Amino acid sequence: MRALVWHGKEDIRCDEVSDPEIQDDRDAIIKVTSCAICGSDLHLFHNLIPAMLPGDIVGHEMMGEVVEVGRGAAGALQKGDRIVVPFTIYCGECDQCRRGNFSVCERSNRNARIQENVFGHATAGLFGYTHLTGGYPGGQAEYVRVPFADRTHIKVPDSLSDEQVLFLGDILPTGWQAAVQCDIKPTDTVAVWGCGPVGQMAIRSAVLLGAKQVIAIDRLPERLGMAAAGGAVAINFDDESVIERLDELTGGKGPDACIDAVGMESHVGFAQPDTVYDRAKQMMMLENDRGHVLREMIYVCRPAGVISIPGVYSGLVDKIPFGLAMNKGLTFRMGQTHVNRWTEGLLKLIEDGLLDPSFVITHTASLEDGPEMYPLFRDKRDQCVKVVLKP
Amino acid sequence: MTFLSQFARSERDPRLLKSGSGSLGLPDRLAKGLGWFSLALGAAELFAPGRITRPLGLQGKETIVRAYGMREIASGLLSLSIDKKAGLWSRVAGDVVDLVTLFNAMRPGARRNENLTVAMVVVLGVTLLDLLSSTAVTVAHRRPAGSFKRYADRSGYPQGVEDARGAARGRGMAGAG
Repeated sequence: MRALVWHGKEDIRCDEVSDPEIQDDRDAIIKVTSCAICGSDLHLFHNLIPAMLPGDIVGHEMMGEVVEVGRGAAGALQKGDRIVVPFTIYCGECDQCRRGNFSVCERSNRNARIQENVFGHATAGLFGYTHLTGGYPGGQAEYVRVPFADRTHIKVPDSLSDEQVLFLGDILPTGWQAAVQCDIKPTDTVAVWGCGPVGQMAIRSAVLLGAKQVIAIDRLPERLGMAAAGGAVAINFDDESVIERLDELTGGKGPDACIDAVGMESHVGFAQPDTVYDRAKQMMMLENDRGHVLREMIYVCRPAGVISIPGVYSGLVDKIPFGLAMNKGLTFRMGQTHVNRWTEGLLKLIEDGLLDPSFVITHTASLEDGPEMYPLFRDKRDQCVKVVLKP
Repeated sequence: MTFLSQFARSERDPRLLKSGSGSLGLPDRLAKGLGWFSLALGAAELFAPGRITRPLGLQGKETIVRAYGMREIASGLLSLSIDKKAGLWSRVAGDVVDLVTLFNAMRPGARRNENLTVAMVVVLGVTLLDLLSSTAVTVAHRRPAGSFKRYADRSGYPQGVEDARGAARGRGMAGAG
């Protein structure tokens, strides 16, 4: 089969690889009909996530048709079923899964021993990501093996298109979880840093959850335009001071909740000198992540507010004003997404016509064109916000 | 490396059979080559400056050559990073410094002028390559200026934003965060 394979920094290739096979009773094989390039795939593209190996198949946003089912998954899935695959692999039986904490499943990471040495404890297995999270081959491919498939799936009706349901596997529940973590009240202002695909979903989620005001912060006009269409007030940090504008919009109180949909690769610019400092340290391997957004959020957030972090961080972040956070009594909530905790309700929102996540797709391409789409998405050329690939 | 990494995978995971087209364009590959060249040259200047000063008749200037070596290594690391544009333009600036240094070392009638001329021709050639590469990388990854799509029609709410506002609150979906 053909698959997009990681070969090193900025080097993704459309390679010919052997087909996946059932390795465990609870596995299923999916013929991928649609998959997407995620913002966190760019962290792999930039080789900022440790423990990637040349030859790894990438991609963790995919859906398709079940073509083979292991005996242990046969009760839950049948050949021909149409499913979205959540990016977090979960067993559904361990203590964390029973609590609904699927992204920290205690059994699905097959490299748990290695990750425990680094993280203290293991988290769930993830598709198309680092070997610390299991090194499972990803879904930017014609076929993908789904471990624990009897639980790791979202069945979707034929009445909805791939484009409407594909994002149930990652960016939609990720944005949703970020907003839910904010405990939004009808009087709240929620500020969202980063208007990429997860930021866009977080904005829609905050609106659907009834925030009085949603504020979107970015520098790209097309992304801010899309955010405004979704009901947000846009702040372009190239044109105006984020701190002053937030003060103005909240009567000097600051946002009740701040969502970091940027993560470890915040924009580097001389207007924010700390970002240049962070990039230099990151390049010299003295720091993993660029913490500009975290610093700004801690400074502007209303005392007793919430900082919600769906953006990906990989390791050490420098110069975080933790004293400010402590004294302001801020609550930090974060984590990889417990995808299946949210998908039933989100699917219902889509079916009821309240939300159509396909709005975020700006580019559709074949799998062969996938390698070219990575730099296009990274460079934000052609106003690219979200790429969907059709294997 | 890809072959060796197969040993770290599960035996039954898909294996690479044939490599295909990739995301690294010609400008990116050229930048990578120049980055490695910078590291090699920088290491030579840093650890064996005498091998460079002697043929050029620049004995006594080893400290300067070592400093240039450190500059080359910094440029090389930058050219190999995702900020390769900055790395390549820093190489161009370094080339100019090298050319000025070589030109200043020339003395009327001196025997070393022949070697200095050869060195200047080589540096000029590298400068052209650096300029070409810097320009190509800049153009390849540039976000063209001009009119932008505003995506003003992409609300994501089929029934409109006002109907969507707070619509999930009554559905019991806001808790369990």
